[in-house]
Amino acid sequence: MQKGGFNFDLYQRNVELIEKNNYKVPKTTKTGTTIVGVVFSDGVVLGADTRATSGPIVADPNCEKIHKISDYIWCAGAGTAADTENTTGMISLQLELLSLSTGRSPRVRTALTLLKNFLFRYHGYISAALVLGGVDFTGPHLHMIHPHGSTSTLPYISMGSGSLAAMAVLETGYNSKMGEEDAKSLVHQAILSGILNDLGSGGNVDLCVIKHKSMEFFRNVDTTNSKRKFRKKLPYMFKSGSTKILEKEIEEKMRKMEIVNEKESQIEELEEL
Amino acid sequence: METYLGEKQQASQWSPYINNGGSCLAVAGDDFAVIASDTRMSLGYSIKTRYSTKYLKITEKCSIVSSGMQADIFTLHKVLKSRAQIYEQKHGKPMSTDAVAKLVSRLLYYRRFFPYYTFNIVAGIDDEGVGCVFSYDAIGTLERVKYSASGSGSSLIEPVLDNQVALKNRNDIKKEDFKLTKEYAIDLVKDAITSAGERDIYTGDFVEISVIDINGTHEEKFELRFD
Repeated sequence: MQKGGFNFDLYQRNVELIEKNNYKVPKTTKTGTTIVGVVFSDGVVLGADTRATSGPIVADPNCEKIHKISDYIWCAGAGTAADTENTTGMISLQLELLSLSTGRSPRVRTALTLLKNFLFRYHGYISAALVLGGVDFTGPHLHMIHPHGSTSTLPYISMGSGSLAAMAVLETGYNSKMGEEDAKSLVHQAILSGILNDLGSGGNVDLCVIKHKSMEFFRNVDTTNSKRKFRKKLPYMFKSGSTKILEKEIEEKMRKMEIVNEKESQIEELEEL
Repeated sequence: METYLGEKQQASQWSPYINNGGSCLAVAGDDFAVIASDTRMSLGYSIKTRYSTKYLKITEKCSIVSSGMQADIFTLHKVLKSRAQIYEQKHGKPMSTDAVAKLVSRLLYYRRFFPYYTFNIVAGIDDEGVGCVFSYDAIGTLERVKYSASGSGSSLIEPVLDNQVALKNRNDIKKEDFKLTKEYAIDLVKDAITSAGERDIYTGDFVEISVIDINGTHEEKFELRFD
């Protein structure tokens, strides 16, 4: 009788495994993260770092955290990587269908409502903290969405493990009369602050500037922190034979191709129709 | 404390130990030893300082690097330094590397029931002029080895050393034909700790690397990523 949502059948078994059998819970890939959004005179600037962590290890040193919801509505995500990707992906689909059926270009507040209602239904189990920003026909908008489903509308926002480092920069540098270049530079500095001071954030800076009917995505706009500083001159050389060959099995490719004549004629019939 | 679903929640208890992260490694050759450690000190997701030394030169022929809790590293190094000085003044000569290794082991075991949260590696030149590396656990188990890595990046570094120094899982080169030169070892150590800095969030900022041979100790410092 369960109609979608999460399946909790294994919950009790998992709890027992952890307590009695000393089972180690597998780590999820989190996006540690520093994400930032700032409203300026003509639009919104979103920024994010590019490090995805799995515990203390960097799983992806250059991932993309700014997701497209629609052409001029973008969303930066912090928290569990799978959750942010799938949540933003789903809402992007829903928004497209909605805008096609209503015949109107999508609004940021619609994406906001879809996201917050979705996350609230899961009571925080979907660990997605989002910074939603965009420009629609009603103007520029910037919102923050917490995993439990609460939202805030603010002129500048930071989320993720590096949010404190970023917010320190935003609070110092923000003013309500900023232009595009100032806003871009502020977001850049805020993300850099997160990258340098927070261990869960790192890699490159990604920026996204959204104005009326215009979107510019600056992927890896700043890569000064992700350069490897030392590399051995002599490369690691493994001559052939380093790995012991225990068994050899060679399959002839031709054997796998089977030309079925019947199927060809079926296709011809369909084409005639 | 039981929740409504019946599972028990463990109340988090105060612990005297914290982990400040960081990685250390050492490699021994026929007549030299290379020892290195990063200098980042972290707590949780924050960086407390980008430069906090984990390395101590005990004698011209012997050094130690430690990872773990900075407070215990600092104290252990302080005690070790003073004990080495006392020995030198009493016996009129500096401590041999073997003696230092044994001393570290005893100092650690002395605290068997409230250990130093330190994972140490001692490296240097022994009395015959041969490079040596000693690795320890928190309570002083002593083992002489050819190379060792400890700390948060140890699981990233050790397999590289296994393959490149001990030639494990390699059928293209035989142990008899392989000579570990000083330049090769230095490059390998630098490369290994740089690679650890790429993938371990607790390793980064700066590296203190020192080469110990018959002529003494040569210390160097280089940069890692700051993110």
